[in-house]
Amino acid sequence: MSLGSLPPVTTDPASARPGAPDQPVPSLPRTAGRTAERRGDRAFRGLSLSAGLSLLGIILAIAVFLVVKAIPALQDNTASFLTDRVWDPNNAQPAFGIVALAFGTVLSSVLALLMALPVALGVALFISHVAPRRLAGVLGYVIDLLAAVPSVVYGLWGIFFLNDKVVVASAFLHEHAGWFPLFGGDDIFGRSIFLASIVLAIMILPIIASLSREVFLQVPVSQQEAALALGATRWEMIRTAVLPFGKPGVIGATMLGLGRALGETIAVAIVLSPAFVVSLDILSTNSGNTIAANVALGFAEASSTGRGALIASGLVLFAITLVVNVIARAIIYRRREFAGAL
Amino acid sequence: MTSSAQTSRASRVLVAVSCVAVLAACGTDEQRPFDQASDGQPAGQIACADGSLTAAGSSAQKNAMDEWVRAYQSACKASTINYQPSGSGAGIEQFVAGTVAFAGTDSSLKDQEVVGATARCKGAPALNLPMVIGPVALAYNLPGVPELVLDAPTIAKVFSGVVTTWDDPAIAALNPQAKLPSSRIQPFVRSDESGTTDNLQKYLKAAAPAQWTFGTGKKFAGPGNQSAPKSDGVTQAVKTTPNAISYVEVSFAENAGLDVARIATGASAPVELTTESAAEAVESATVKGSGNDLALELDYATKDEGAYPIVLVTYEIACQSGNDPASLPLVKSFLAYTASEAGQDQLEGAGYAPLPSSLRKKVEASVQSLS
Repeated sequence: MSLGSLPPVTTDPASARPGAPDQPVPSLPRTAGRTAERRGDRAFRGLSLSAGLSLLGIILAIAVFLVVKAIPALQDNTASFLTDRVWDPNNAQPAFGIVALAFGTVLSSVLALLMALPVALGVALFISHVAPRRLAGVLGYVIDLLAAVPSVVYGLWGIFFLNDKVVVASAFLHEHAGWFPLFGGDDIFGRSIFLASIVLAIMILPIIASLSREVFLQVPVSQQEAALALGATRWEMIRTAVLPFGKPGVIGATMLGLGRALGETIAVAIVLSPAFVVSLDILSTNSGNTIAANVALGFAEASSTGRGALIASGLVLFAITLVVNVIARAIIYRRREFAGAL
Repeated sequence: MTSSAQTSRASRVLVAVSCVAVLAACGTDEQRPFDQASDGQPAGQIACADGSLTAAGSSAQKNAMDEWVRAYQSACKASTINYQPSGSGAGIEQFVAGTVAFAGTDSSLKDQEVVGATARCKGAPALNLPMVIGPVALAYNLPGVPELVLDAPTIAKVFSGVVTTWDDPAIAALNPQAKLPSSRIQPFVRSDESGTTDNLQKYLKAAAPAQWTFGTGKKFAGPGNQSAPKSDGVTQAVKTTPNAISYVEVSFAENAGLDVARIATGASAPVELTTESAAEAVESATVKGSGNDLALELDYATKDEGAYPIVLVTYEIACQSGNDPASLPLVKSFLAYTASEAGQDQLEGAGYAPLPSSLRKKVEASVQSLS
């Protein structure tokens, strides 16, 4: 987030949007009113430091809690937690493994991302660069509204409305494109990973679209005007000026969306017919399960070992999310010359 | 769930007998159509105790508890009872931790749970008190087939993917009159962990050991079924999916207007699911607990005439002695009410069957012995 290292792009204040990242922050005069500012600075520094530290403290507390609660169950486990595809932790001989759950979680989230990202970028570009101002305002409002819909509503809509449509679509895909690895498998459709992915895609669409729109709005007008002045069409201008500038921001938005998809609980629990399998046949009923949905469905009736097992699965989800975020950070760091948007 | 006033189908099977006399009596839960002597004011018989108590556990008896708490509190204004349907496992855990006065559970205490429960009761045994009988219906969606008979081996085959079409010889042999379609069976099971699932699997294991080799437990163990969360989830799935079949608490099936299969148990005729047939199965159960502990051993493979074999019995878990003195009077008073004839009759129409009277009297005696 090194604002100071950004090249000073524009000199025309009329074209600058407030808060645009390409505006160098004027450095504060360091000599004037030293003592008076010192006190205020110190207070602010202390407050912001404690805010930052509390965040670390919360993360640490969650991690410690998960580990402490998971250890007894993991010790009782008669199967291999990391490699087995069973989930029977309430048995007298508890046996549970995370593979199927972790696979289903990542698969459904990645599919959701693949479905949501192109649409979200299209929506964001439409609002920021194509739509008339008034329509853009309405659309932006609708997008923010979609982001605020509770997930249980998406889940109920998914099972009552979408499932029937997905069954029809799945049958079609299976019949005409069954050779494609994802579309094979059993010919009972619905309540599948495919349905869960679509619901997740719809849920993360507004997050990605909303954040991307903000990033695209911050592209320096001078660069866009320069591209147009060189004879670029509007699409060429978006391709050469808007998208490269917005890339880190879009990646950040995507990771936020992926985080929500990975952790989504109740919507998946409602629409999915879970199975403890590692399968790419996303169209079939019983094509997988996710960590968060499994916790939601198993927690109430779990024994103490069962609860520990569910918490252990939560620890894995925590780790997956962490890895995803680290990867995202790494990508953004490599392109830190554009990183102002984050 | 709704009161019996809205459930005309529930009335048809479950409370058919009681509703014949006066239909209006079934609309108001306070009425007891059987026993004219105490009709009208069952709440008046409650020996009230004051104070407040918290209990937690099985969600299968949530509706029963709601009925009872409402009736008890309207009769005993100075009492507050809070039942949290957090699940059997969570309820027992809270009971052991001492945060609830009694727990509700779908199955009697297991060996590993007894240790903690005894510690909570300061060395005295924790009692399993059977309180609620919830029959499990095999509900199906098969247009044109309003009557269906199944037996345990066939059910086991359907829910393990061995029998896949409705006109399979195994089903046809049990239903010579029915016009069975050749369509594929869509069996639905619970995707969450549930006492209902546990019960069905215990039944299948006992009554069809050769066909059901997948074990028991609250998670459905058979292969390859579609699933949906909670009773309302599977009910909705069956209702919206032609050729579907599932197992749900009877009130859900009745409320959704689903057809319910009769069970061929080996008795002279297939058994229809009614309050009487469900109570009959519990009547033939043996008490495996000792003393005041009334843990039951249900005979799922029963061939008794008119005994419907797939029933869920939920228990209240309370300490024989060593209860918290502050809440003891209210616990005793409330459980005495739920075990009373008035309390049991209160549940009719809510999808439960009353305890058979011999067992009910034993439960009442056990409740009186709490200290």
